[in-house]
Amino acid sequence: MSAFSGLTGFVLRRAVGALATLLALSVIVYVVFYAAPGDVAQITCGPRCSPEQVHQVAQQLRLDDPLHVRYWHFLQGIVAGHDYSTGTSVEHCPAPCLGVSYQSGRQVMDIITAKLPVSLSLVSGAMVLWLVLGVGTGVLSAWRRGRISERVLTAVTLAGTATPVFVIGLVLMIVVCGEFQWLPFPQYVSLTDDPEQWAWNLLLPWLSLALIEAATFARLTRAAMLETLAEDHIRTFRAYGVGERSVVGRHALRGALAPVIALNANNLGSAVGGAVLTETLFGLPGIGQELVHAVDVVDLPVVVGMVLIVGFFVVVANTVADVLFAVADRRVVLA
Amino acid sequence: MSEVLAASGAAATDVSVPAAPGARPFWRRLRAQRAALVAAAVVALLVLVALAAPLLTALEGQDPTSYHPDLIDSARGGVPVGAFGGAGADHWLGVEPQTGRDLFARLVYGARVSLGVALAATVVQIAIGVAVGVGAALGNRWIDQLLSRITDIIVALPLMIMSLALLAIVPQSFPRPVLVALVIGLIAWGNTAKIVRAQTLTLKGLDYVAAARLSGWGAWRITRRELLPGLAAPVITYAALLVPINISTEAALSFLGVGVKPPTPSWGQMLTAADVWYQAAPQYLMLPAGALFVTVVALTVLGDGVRTALDPRAASRLRVGTGRKREAGADKEDTA
Amino acid sequence: MSAIDSAGDARTDLVEVTDLSVEFGPVRAVDGLSFRLGRGAALALVGESGSGKSTVAAALLGLHHGTGARVRGSVTVAGTDVQRASGEELRRLRGARAAMVFQDPLSSLDPYYAVGDQIAEVYRVHTRASRRAARARAVQVLERVGIPDAARRSRSRPHEFSGGMRQRALIAMALACEPDLLIADEPTTALDVTVQAQILDLLHTLREESGMGLLLVTHDVGVAAESVDEVLVMRDGRAVEHGPVAAVLRAPSAAYTRELLGAVPRVDAPRAVTGKAAEKAPGTGEVVMAGEVVLEATGLRREFGRGGRALTAVDDVSLTLHRGETVGVVGESGSGKTTLGRMLVGLLQPTAGEVRFEGRARHGTHPAVQMVFQDPVSSLNPRRGVGESIADPLRARGERDEGRIRRRVIELLERVGLEGAHYDRYPHEFSGGQRQRVGIARALAADPRVIVCDEPVSALDVTTQAQVVALLGELQRELGIALVFVAHDLAVVRQVSDRVAVMHRGRIVEEGPAEEVYGAPRDAYTRQLLAAVPALDPEVAARRRAARREPATA
Repeated sequence: MSAFSGLTGFVLRRAVGALATLLALSVIVYVVFYAAPGDVAQITCGPRCSPEQVHQVAQQLRLDDPLHVRYWHFLQGIVAGHDYSTGTSVEHCPAPCLGVSYQSGRQVMDIITAKLPVSLSLVSGAMVLWLVLGVGTGVLSAWRRGRISERVLTAVTLAGTATPVFVIGLVLMIVVCGEFQWLPFPQYVSLTDDPEQWAWNLLLPWLSLALIEAATFARLTRAAMLETLAEDHIRTFRAYGVGERSVVGRHALRGALAPVIALNANNLGSAVGGAVLTETLFGLPGIGQELVHAVDVVDLPVVVGMVLIVGFFVVVANTVADVLFAVADRRVVLA
Repeated sequence: MSEVLAASGAAATDVSVPAAPGARPFWRRLRAQRAALVAAAVVALLVLVALAAPLLTALEGQDPTSYHPDLIDSARGGVPVGAFGGAGADHWLGVEPQTGRDLFARLVYGARVSLGVALAATVVQIAIGVAVGVGAALGNRWIDQLLSRITDIIVALPLMIMSLALLAIVPQSFPRPVLVALVIGLIAWGNTAKIVRAQTLTLKGLDYVAAARLSGWGAWRITRRELLPGLAAPVITYAALLVPINISTEAALSFLGVGVKPPTPSWGQMLTAADVWYQAAPQYLMLPAGALFVTVVALTVLGDGVRTALDPRAASRLRVGTGRKREAGADKEDTA
Repeated sequence: MSAIDSAGDARTDLVEVTDLSVEFGPVRAVDGLSFRLGRGAALALVGESGSGKSTVAAALLGLHHGTGARVRGSVTVAGTDVQRASGEELRRLRGARAAMVFQDPLSSLDPYYAVGDQIAEVYRVHTRASRRAARARAVQVLERVGIPDAARRSRSRPHEFSGGMRQRALIAMALACEPDLLIADEPTTALDVTVQAQILDLLHTLREESGMGLLLVTHDVGVAAESVDEVLVMRDGRAVEHGPVAAVLRAPSAAYTRELLGAVPRVDAPRAVTGKAAEKAPGTGEVVMAGEVVLEATGLRREFGRGGRALTAVDDVSLTLHRGETVGVVGESGSGKTTLGRMLVGLLQPTAGEVRFEGRARHGTHPAVQMVFQDPVSSLNPRRGVGESIADPLRARGERDEGRIRRRVIELLERVGLEGAHYDRYPHEFSGGQRQRVGIARALAADPRVIVCDEPVSALDVTTQAQVVALLGELQRELGIALVFVAHDLAVVRQVSDRVAVMHRGRIVEEGPAEEVYGAPRDAYTRQLLAAVPALDPEVAARRRAARREPATA
């Protein structure tokens, strides 16, 4: 009873904390990008804007207002949406409004929602792969400690962590699609159009993103497993004749999962970074590719919007992991 | 989120109180690991190559930036003339397709950029991380709250995305390698701060710190004499693990075209260019990829070795049958 | 299931160990040990740390297999030759015919699963019972070890149990398959003295009812006297003495056993040497305090946490310390005694109340009020030579002359029974007892008027413990320092104290001259504590056990 109310309280506290983090994140990102020295309107609009466009942007950004007023306006847009003028007509940008690209004239949220399915397909599929591969390898190498198979696994894992994602991707693409032509060069097909083609085309991107993350997870899982395997309760079950499979698979793994969950959330940020590289490499039209393009032409509203969206996912994932962690181990709540 | 991350940090780097006094046992334990020794030799060689880059290229008689159009077969789409990508006595590792720039020179100058940027970024990360972590652990409740929340936000920033964006808006006139190091350092110090805070809190609760307070020393002296030395081991360990990560990050940023810009050579940048040449000039792809791989593997193995040498608990885990053995060892010490 | 088996080999002994040696690398933990244990008999392996007693217990279940340890000699347990048994045979032995109970009940159970499920899992491994039957069996054994409302409690996880309940749950797990032998490795060391008494009583009752054999591993001679028929005293992996418990404890033949027994503090023996401040007025038994008051605490209160989760660790405690006297503060874990000690030296600020040192109210620490800490490992900075640590108070006072500092530190090292040459050594080069001596030297370096000792000997072996206690007494007499001796061990406190304060749940429930508190306790809790202390005489132990059982059955 009291444990439950403790858990509810914990979830509430975490949710409030996540909101505060997001708010602070938006302040930092806004200030860093919009309070930078130099002609903000020129930077925001991008180097290819005409003087008229720059003037218009300056008006839209309300550059005459002080910074906090401008931020407040930006925040209002996210919460309630706002109207803006394109020069010829007045458009409405519905909540959550992250602004408008001055180069394409499209709303940032539209650009993101158009590209999100590709990136979500990539990251979620890869995540399944890296969790299965990583945790499996980690458990195996902890269990086979001191044998040849463990040494091989350790070496493979080390090579995995040490190879940058774009090198793995390049090599995979060259070998699989180029040399042997086992698969065509990936081309994104929507899941709703053709699930089979979707999976086949994403196979290589999934693999190249998953391999490097799997290696990180294998290392952590191995360390966590070795730690739990050295704990007293493992000794208890061994001393009671419980089989090795149950000792490792049931008792040791259960204790090692907590840090793995935490790492998965914590690592999401770096995985998204890997996704940007993978998308660029395989030419997948996801947010990563869009971001690289926006950075190339200095399309500031799009850049800021994407940073915030990714930050949003990372914070949410961390919060969910925390709650899962607490449900799995109520002692955290009491601590 | 801090509890969970602290837990994962603890699992990843072992926030513990190593009983290593002085430096001698550290070297002994490091020397005991063959893999770490080999890695240390490789790293030393790499550092030497990076430092001696001008000397080495002078020996070869080339430089990393001059074009050699005469070595390029424009009829075949710009691949180097001759076998092995034009490798020979003049150009030890051949030349770049399209431009004909010397590959060996670009590779060794690339090592300078890679190692330099990664080390500088690590220094920035560790400096901020230690300052924030120690500040949070030793400050009052409000300072701790403030610094811990800031750390949480920093950890939530996606490094790759954020540095991509930041590197895009800074004027091109800013020296690029310095900028890349600064950006990585300023964004990715969150986990260092968390680990340092946890370790400082552990140390602060130890009885020998209480004893120092009872001796009559002031807070500053206790921090300097009793706390900071205890932080050295986990901080060095973490720094050793950060360097290879930073090398990968720099390479990735340069690969995406926002890191170190031409004509300054960088391994990541060479890979971008090599992307389309892998069939016609495979060595152009394999050289930077191989250099990156060897560097990161060597630094990672060395980092693991340093950790093992600094943390006796991890060290004992390497041996077989740890639990009983440690107990027996401790028993022996006690009766001695 | 075991009825036929045990009838089959009833002729042989339950445990037969012949010439057992266990080596971990260069360390020989057990060296040529032999003993037998008959069916239903109880044997205690008694020894200090490093004696190899736990290694023997682990060898009985073949737990050294695959750990890199070299085991020689023969071990037969309940008809199984442990040395030659296959993995499968060992598995059938472990838990089913010989079950083990470990020292730390919290870490010995899996924190993630319900206690009942863990017992059921062990039961199913050995009986192939259905899930349901196994759960029922778990509830049954939990009831048997005295866990109230066992059906509901079996669904709780270990951290929801108290320490004593956890140890009962572990014993229940051991009972699940009705083993012939119970191996208990320091089963009560992590428990408070009152809980220890309950667990030892439980083990006794279970043995009477089920007729299983008991092999008890303990460092505590009192615990052995309470529980077994025979003792085997071990030292450095060898048997020093072996015989019936009453004979060994009353008339030990080996010198080491005599030394060990001599070092055990006895709760029923009055203090041998009294402090210089306290002198008994003849005939009255009243202790007359000679010295002036050096430290005075009034109305001390300390809370941890805030809001609804606030916990009051110390609640309205007042204590007066006179020059040259020793005040013992005794209590079980969670009684607030350590918090009180830390407030007395100024490491913790009280939430309410004040500490006056030599008449003046004081905030924070003062070099003249020093502390000796419990844990000899964490109380010395591992990165600094011990001499430097001891020199700290001298330097902090402003002493600059290196030669003088070194001379003084060497003098102090020699005073506490170490050598001057130890100045440049590091803490890890010392044993626990030596480190504690270094801690004392460091406290002395500040020329203190008061030293608060927080469990100064609880991490030490009994012989080392006696030496450190003797040293503290000596120093006090010589230097006229007032001591506050905080400890959980009633016998140790009696040995050193002029006056004793008994703490319970943050309050002092009884305070007075040691002889009165121990001889004629007024408070019910004090009486309960004293009754729970294990007696060194098996007959007295049996009498006490009967007395403890009476109120339970009434």
